[in-house]
Amino acid sequence: MDPENLRYTKEHEWVRVEGDIGTIGITFHAQKELGDIVYVDLPKSGAVVQAGKTIGSVESVKAVSDIYTPVSGEVVEVNGSLAESPEILNKDPYGTGWLVKIKLSEPGEAGKLLTAAEYQAYVGTESS
Amino acid sequence: MKTTPLNATHRRLGAKMIDFGGWDMPVQYASLLEEHHAVRQRVGLFDVSHMGEIEIRGKEALRLVNFVTTNDAAVLQFGQAQYSGLLYEHGGFVDDILVHKVAFDHYFLCVNASNQDKDYLHIVAHNQFDATVENAGSRYAQLAVQGPRALDTLQKLTPVPLAPMRYYHFADSTVSGAAARIARTGYTGEDGFEIYIPPADAPRIWDEILAAGAVFGIKPCGLGARNTLRLEAAMALYDHEIHASITPWEANLGWIVEMNKGDFVGRDALARRRVGQKDNGPTRKIVGFEMAGRGIGRDGYEVCINGAGAGWVTSGGPSPTLNKNIGLCYLPCAHAEAGRAIQIMVRGQAVDAVTVPTPFYKRKR
Repeated sequence: MDPENLRYTKEHEWVRVEGDIGTIGITFHAQKELGDIVYVDLPKSGAVVQAGKTIGSVESVKAVSDIYTPVSGEVVEVNGSLAESPEILNKDPYGTGWLVKIKLSEPGEAGKLLTAAEYQAYVGTESS
Repeated sequence: MKTTPLNATHRRLGAKMIDFGGWDMPVQYASLLEEHHAVRQRVGLFDVSHMGEIEIRGKEALRLVNFVTTNDAAVLQFGQAQYSGLLYEHGGFVDDILVHKVAFDHYFLCVNASNQDKDYLHIVAHNQFDATVENAGSRYAQLAVQGPRALDTLQKLTPVPLAPMRYYHFADSTVSGAAARIARTGYTGEDGFEIYIPPADAPRIWDEILAAGAVFGIKPCGLGARNTLRLEAAMALYDHEIHASITPWEANLGWIVEMNKGDFVGRDALARRRVGQKDNGPTRKIVGFEMAGRGIGRDGYEVCINGAGAGWVTSGGPSPTLNKNIGLCYLPCAHAEAGRAIQIMVRGQAVDAVTVPTPFYKRKR
């Protein structure tokens, strides 16, 4: 369910590294726990972000959840379609529901994050 | 954690369960939004067995009820229900409740789940009458069938004619063959019924209501949808719009206070603190708002006027029916009227909002 080629955080974000660009999003588990997502607050292009820090929030009908970036760098692209259609995050969290693309300033960071298997094990212990 | 008789049913249906004031309750099944729309457009079924029941019996049952509640229970007919308040001596809310008149010597109170024991002790402490008070929550399961097709759904399972039953009236009859108190009440802003049934029969009745409503597109609904529905209808939720430091005058609930019925707990404080009493009148009032800027004002967020702190959000969130972000907040009386520009502090950012009349949503009759 959680793609093998991504890296994950315990805060339920994922990152896909292609060259020096990291695309980040929230996991299937995260969107399922939140329920119907109605609002996404994201940083602007050009923002410099630091791994582990809050860069925005995702809101469902019931709850607000902070987004922590798994990697450091400069935001180079923001998924504009989420402003109009935040429900994409529920439908396709690993695809069209990506949040931002970041030009990595610390390319080694992603390698230290959880693998898909490690993340699944973590989610298993958290929910049991 | 406390569970309702339907706990296994909710788990079988794949509900997401939460700790709601010490109760393990379903917050949603598949989708909160779909559950919300089902109630507005068709029919939804809620397990509200966590709600408490208190029975007051005896020759002076009415005197006790009228002494501990704000509304006038003396005007109730047999089979009629009334929204009312339990107050402390200082005029703040112990709880908001429903009072049902079963017989001249028997009143049935439906109270909030997490307030049940507190309410019971409060009533007992003021029982100077020839009346008995029973904390009866464990003897009842409660289901709410709500929405425009609620009547058609429930009518299949009960012999009592539901169409002639008036709003805030009830009948003791059966549902699916089990003894049931059927009340035309609800907490959604739609037509519907709340039924009080034996806990042992609850799983079977739940399944039979879902089967009876299938043709209308019934959905099991969780507490998440219950909250968005009641917020659109601007109905109070204890610990949000009302609590021990809030009087009915402040909460726009003066209509459930009958000052002329004789003495009751909290009456003196309400007389001192009512509108027009110099220095002691209400300073704040509940008012609705709609977000104008991007952002969602939520429970507990600060409300500002011209950059200065002025109040707080009691309940706020998206309105699935209106497709807006709405909420209720307390503001100084001078600002508590519709059409005022306010700001809600959303995680450190002031986001524009405007005060609006309530309810946000009113069903067509």
